[in-house]
Amino acid sequence: MKKVEKGGRAMDAIKGDWVRIHKIVLNVGERAPNIPEDTQSVPLEMWDKGFLLNNEAKIGDDVEIETYIGRRVSGKLLEVNPFWDHDYGKAVPELLYIGRQARELLEEGEIND
Amino acid sequence: MTKDRSFSAVMARKPEIMKSSVGIDYDLFESGRISFDYERMMKETGYSLQEIEEIQKETTVGNTPLYELRNITRLARRYSAPGKGARIFLKDEASNPSGSFKARRAATAVYHAQKLGYKGVIAATSGNYGAAVASQAAMRGLKCIIVQECYDSKGVGQPEIIEKARACEAYGAEVVQLSVGPELFYSFLLLLEDTGFFNASLYTPFGIAGVETLGYELSMEFREKEGRDPDAVMVTNAGGGNLTGTARGLVKAGALDTKVIGASVSLAGLHMASDTQFNKKSFTTGHTGFGIPFATWPDRSDVPRSAARPLRYMDRYVTVNQGSVFYMTELLAQVEGLERGPAGNTALAAAFVVAQEMDEDQIIVVQETEYTGAGKHINPQLTFAKENGIKILKGDPSQEIPGENIILPENPGMLCIEELDIEKTKKSYIRNCIKNTGVESVNREDLDFLVADTKSNEDFVREALEELGVKVETEEI
Repeated sequence: MKKVEKGGRAMDAIKGDWVRIHKIVLNVGERAPNIPEDTQSVPLEMWDKGFLLNNEAKIGDDVEIETYIGRRVSGKLLEVNPFWDHDYGKAVPELLYIGRQARELLEEGEIND
Repeated sequence: MTKDRSFSAVMARKPEIMKSSVGIDYDLFESGRISFDYERMMKETGYSLQEIEEIQKETTVGNTPLYELRNITRLARRYSAPGKGARIFLKDEASNPSGSFKARRAATAVYHAQKLGYKGVIAATSGNYGAAVASQAAMRGLKCIIVQECYDSKGVGQPEIIEKARACEAYGAEVVQLSVGPELFYSFLLLLEDTGFFNASLYTPFGIAGVETLGYELSMEFREKEGRDPDAVMVTNAGGGNLTGTARGLVKAGALDTKVIGASVSLAGLHMASDTQFNKKSFTTGHTGFGIPFATWPDRSDVPRSAARPLRYMDRYVTVNQGSVFYMTELLAQVEGLERGPAGNTALAAAFVVAQEMDEDQIIVVQETEYTGAGKHINPQLTFAKENGIKILKGDPSQEIPGENIILPENPGMLCIEELDIEKTKKSYIRNCIKNTGVESVNREDLDFLVADTKSNEDFVREALEELGVKVETEEI
């Protein structure tokens, strides 16, 4: 992560950096009625990405961004150069019988043949 | 003057925001009671089938390959009575740009937005529709925002939804991600108001008309290939648009004897708006959590009158468990050589069972597939399930408890469906019509509308109304 020394503060991001922000849209108590209790008891949160408009910022600072399509959105700085890390998961050995069993059954042919 | 941005104030502005963001004056089709003029709405605000074909051709949407699943058919016949076991076909909608049938819906919505001069489009979706809208917007040079329900309060996201966010970004869209809750609609309305963009809702007449080409294509392909229409079409059902559009296309082709069957993954017992249950499910679409509420009250959608009205067209509605759909996804890759996304295979799992009831010279078509990729694949979805404490078992899939376990069928003969009582579903819809409009009696127009909207008959609707203590107004002669 980028560190910019300015006025003695170590900065995480500078203007133009691609960042991810986080914001509370509705606080507890502002949420819609008729939703389950567990959902009522947590805020409605939002995440968005864009180019940092502030000259500099640290993680957790209130910042403004310009999104990819050009909207201005504010929130707390969460991440610099965010990336996707979803993948193909771990080994799922529980699935391994499916192909082998089906191929065997197909070789045997139909019971009604 | 800045407008009040509080939850209640924004929700109160819903009608005006909707009107300016979809360009449809729904009042024109309203009766002020239960009924509205559905066919007139579809005709006056939608496009003809020929126009849609032209629009979709512009971005190479549709005309997807049709596969006969010979090995899966052979496996199904192993468990069928002599002479039974219909031929199973698969329409490979994953071949559309953006990788799903949703490109058909997005093609018409984005075309319409461009025609009306909107600078951008917004869609609220955690599903394949987001990527479809983003892709079509990229082709037509419009800006695009996708609003997703993605994470629980711990910031943990469904891998399937995260992959869809990535795809939307790949097409140049802005993705606004939210935590669990139906107030997503509040954020969606604010975005529409702030940007003046078009609401590329899944439930507008043009969105649904976009799927009509799918039903029409199926009929034409089978007439050419087999000299007749398919006997049954199995449709994965969530919001009802896939089923409605496909069925309307079949009707337009004159395939009136083709049975339309809806299939959803059973998530019975899990609450869709619950923060703690959000990541206990292993399917984020195609499930009963959408399928049943939208069938029994289609007008819960993001437009005043939904063009997706599944009960109007559905002959039968079945559910399958999560384990059977994962099983089928693996089987499709292993014996047919087609690796596709799990959610799109819901109908395939159901078709495997229904084919066994049908005669062997009959044809059942599964009308969609979806793309697969990181996150949106059996491995990451089952890995995620395990990480959320869900047990993966092999055995009798009918014993699966959503949120506790996923049961893979021990062998192909163990796959099973559960029949949803469609009469009961229709009665629930009628009950919701009465409850949500607050009428104490219905008139002739309402009665005819309810008959059409439930694909039933007058006696059935009269009986349902009687059970609710609602009178039918006598006509003046």
